[in-house]
Amino acid sequence: MRNGFLAAVAALLLASGVSGAASAADKLKVGFIYLGPIGDLGWTYQHELARQAVVKEFGDKIETTYLENVAEGPDAERAIEQLVRAGNKLIFTTSFGYMDPTLKVAKKYPNVHFEHATGYKRDKNMSTYSARWYQGRYIQGQIAARMSRAGVLGYIGSFPIPEVISGINATILGAQSINPNVKVKIIWANSWFDPPKEADAAKALIDQGADIIMQHTDSPAAMQIAAERGKLAFGQDSEMIKFGPQSQLTSILDTWAPYYISRVKAELDGSWKEQDTWGGLETKMFEMAPYTNMPDDVKKMAEETQAAITAGKLHPFKCPVVAQDGTTVECKGGDHLDDGQILGMNFYVKGVDDKVPGK
Amino acid sequence: MQLVLEKRAEQSTAAALVSPLVAIAATLATMSLLLALLGKNPAAALIVYFVDPLTDGYSLQEIAVKATPLVMIAVGLALCYLANAWNIGAEGQFLIGAVAGSWIAVKTQGTDAGHWVLPAMLASAAIAGALYALIPAIGKVRFGASEILTSLMLVYVAELFLDYLVRGPWRDPAGFNFPTTAEFDPVATVPVLVEGGRLHLGAILALLAVAAAAVLLGRTLKGFEIRVVGAAPRAARFAGFDPDRAILVTFAVSGALAGLAGIIEVAGPIGHLQPGISPGYGFTAIIVAFLGRLNPVGILIAGLFLALTFIGGEQAQIAMKIPLDVTKVFQGILLFYVLACDSLILYRFRFISKSPGVLRGTG
Amino acid sequence: MELVEAIILSVLAASTPLLIAATGELVTERSGVLNLGVEGMMIMGAACGLGGTWLTGSIIVGALCGMIAGMLLSLIFATMTLGLAVNQVATGLALTIFGIGLSGLIGAGFVGERIATAPHLHLPSPTDVPFGGRILFGQDGFVYLSLALIVAVRWFLYRTRAGLVLRACGDNHVSAHALGYPVLRIRLLATMFGGACAGLAGAYLPLAYTPFFIPGMTAGRGWIALALVVFASWLPGRLVIGAYLFGAVSILQLHAQGAGIGIPSQFMSALPYLATVIVLVALSRARSGGSTTPASLGTVFVPDR
Repeated sequence: MRNGFLAAVAALLLASGVSGAASAADKLKVGFIYLGPIGDLGWTYQHELARQAVVKEFGDKIETTYLENVAEGPDAERAIEQLVRAGNKLIFTTSFGYMDPTLKVAKKYPNVHFEHATGYKRDKNMSTYSARWYQGRYIQGQIAARMSRAGVLGYIGSFPIPEVISGINATILGAQSINPNVKVKIIWANSWFDPPKEADAAKALIDQGADIIMQHTDSPAAMQIAAERGKLAFGQDSEMIKFGPQSQLTSILDTWAPYYISRVKAELDGSWKEQDTWGGLETKMFEMAPYTNMPDDVKKMAEETQAAITAGKLHPFKCPVVAQDGTTVECKGGDHLDDGQILGMNFYVKGVDDKVPGK
Repeated sequence: MQLVLEKRAEQSTAAALVSPLVAIAATLATMSLLLALLGKNPAAALIVYFVDPLTDGYSLQEIAVKATPLVMIAVGLALCYLANAWNIGAEGQFLIGAVAGSWIAVKTQGTDAGHWVLPAMLASAAIAGALYALIPAIGKVRFGASEILTSLMLVYVAELFLDYLVRGPWRDPAGFNFPTTAEFDPVATVPVLVEGGRLHLGAILALLAVAAAAVLLGRTLKGFEIRVVGAAPRAARFAGFDPDRAILVTFAVSGALAGLAGIIEVAGPIGHLQPGISPGYGFTAIIVAFLGRLNPVGILIAGLFLALTFIGGEQAQIAMKIPLDVTKVFQGILLFYVLACDSLILYRFRFISKSPGVLRGTG
Repeated sequence: MELVEAIILSVLAASTPLLIAATGELVTERSGVLNLGVEGMMIMGAACGLGGTWLTGSIIVGALCGMIAGMLLSLIFATMTLGLAVNQVATGLALTIFGIGLSGLIGAGFVGERIATAPHLHLPSPTDVPFGGRILFGQDGFVYLSLALIVAVRWFLYRTRAGLVLRACGDNHVSAHALGYPVLRIRLLATMFGGACAGLAGAYLPLAYTPFFIPGMTAGRGWIALALVVFASWLPGRLVIGAYLFGAVSILQLHAQGAGIGIPSQFMSALPYLATVIVLVALSRARSGGSTTPASLGTVFVPDR
């Protein structure tokens, strides 16, 4: 009985091994590590859409695999290494928290290429990529200032990391360029993802007088509350118009597909090199959803601003940038703040009536 | 006819050996059915889950790494549960231990502090974990507040405290404001056992904890006291054992072990303090404790087995595109069957003819 | 004034799922069964509730689907703990893992789909009374249902014979059995009621709060419901206070942030949990020995025929 079982196991192992070898021949294996479930409607969902676009683009030439719900803790390193051991030659790790684990695995497997999203550590075989979402936030700030009757914007933050802080600042700067007296109320959800809590935060902001809701959390809950209350809102990560047909002004769409396709292509033709990609509107690293629920002149303004930013004529953090305490921020990038200052942003600009948490 | 449970006069050794095998067989059968429903080849999937990870050194090492914190925490919890003290908050004690140990690592960072750093970190983590566990224990003993709920609530408090620290005071100054401390210095890191691998000293400490608990429970008066207090509180009082003291002691020990597991995880596989250092170890360990029937050696086996399902689950996602949720369903089913089959050890099933009169009359 | 009204409305909505789930668990625990699987039953209720409404377009069907899902899970729990005398803590935790996994598989079918939320009551004149009108007459049906439920449970536990028997089972299952009451059958029904309530509470989230399903969207609310039962020292009246208090703290901390009060938000988020611990200890102390705690809570009962 026991021998019979072992024999059966061996036969199956053999069978799976053979069939695996046949189908995997000559295919480039590409792996993805996801933070959330693929159905989160936000961050992970957008990466999954991009993976599907990659599959569509290259068809039989590649084979993709993903691991979802990988916590940014001790499990991440193992999950990445599992993908390496399964034969993946190009691996995308799609959250900031995977930075150190990715680096560790990259050092261990110099022949495998890694792409890490939103981090700042690189190696010979490890690239980083991210998007200049603050450009989109600037446009949103302008739209918000035009559309808000109360002059009060409600902002739902996830965690006070630089990406979120710079988003808040870009929003304020954009809004102030239209209406210098605009106010912003900020609520930290302390979570990327807790739909009922995001909904509660949106309600609280509206109840406190905000008539435009902006979010840096991942679910469409806030959009749906705005719709319910007849207020306007901006989506996040993905197209959320379905949840607020009369509310969504626009949404910052994470469009990873072009980047993923270009990197897989580079891997296929052997030209993959370590690089740091921080793209914006100009490279379509992200896109703005259609401008909706606003008068034509506001739409025109938004489109013009978008064009100016895309063409490099307008920089959201153009100098002088005045910090909350009234000091002018050193201008390291010529006529605007340099990338390092934006990537490590840890102060609010003047006009924010709040203080950066943990400071 | 009615099926009833009947307590066995003495526990049957045969049943104790057969029950886990029956449970595993039943789990495999149910899993096969579910996999077939999902359109996957059950046999191939089961091999990916349970056989493949056992066939190479790398996976075996990863299983040990994953099992280390689970076993260490579960051993402590088993002592608690045997004493009828319900510590559900090991997750919080794990986090507080990690925080306390990291405090030393952060404060000595970049100094020429010597090899005392790691031992000091381990000690402070154990102490902090024990103290944190004593809060619900004292609440229970002094005020009669349910330790199940207070220990659970303190998990959330610990999570948010850790979050505050790494986003505020302890943030890596060179880390672009991201919520993590700087990488710990080499003297503040748990050494790796095999060059190039991830298996670390913590695995040995976990084994020591298992051995110590086995000796404590099997060979010492204290262990006997714990068991009597849990199983027969009245008898314990007659014997002069103090149930309150047993609650305090077992809570402190389990908190210390959880705290130790916390700092080992941070100073070992992770290498720095950050939010989300635990994928629910404290809760999974409760399950490990019960899977291992609150027996230290059983816990070791259970911890390794559960770790196997995690590793196998990942490999199943990679090799067969089986969603992670299936792995969770499997773990749930496995637990149900193991717990149910363990009833075989304590109870005998008997069919009796249904006669309500008897039920009402005697009793 | 308007802000106060608005805050109260948010608090009511945020508290309702907690209240419904906790009411069910209260009945379960009063019968002597501790089911820690509330989170698992809730998330299943959320997945099946949304599924039901999405397929049929009916909120009521969705709510029923959620209840049935929760009840089925509680049946697994009951089979294990009552039928096979397995430890309740371990089974409850296993149920949570199982529920989270299964809800993800079921929910995968309608991720990204949205439904219309449950309508709010609107009585032309009373609802429009400036202050209080919307609070009293402008809620969604679940809010009224949750209050009716707790009143009914209170009446049942203290005013009916069946309620007395149920409490007797929780306080001393040996005596209850000796008196000829079918302890296990009563506990089975109480557990199923708890499961149905947890399922309904879970279904509330997609049906009335955020009209879509996302895996893990209950985000720990099942655990809070468990804490509330203890917080209320197993008394229905206090449960209402506890649920609304918890809802109020979690909403007010958001408002405090929006108003720019400079306390770290982590401390604000920790407040409800700290409050529960402190109240738990204070209450336990005040009532000297925990007389309202069901004495047989969480212990296995095997009738010796």
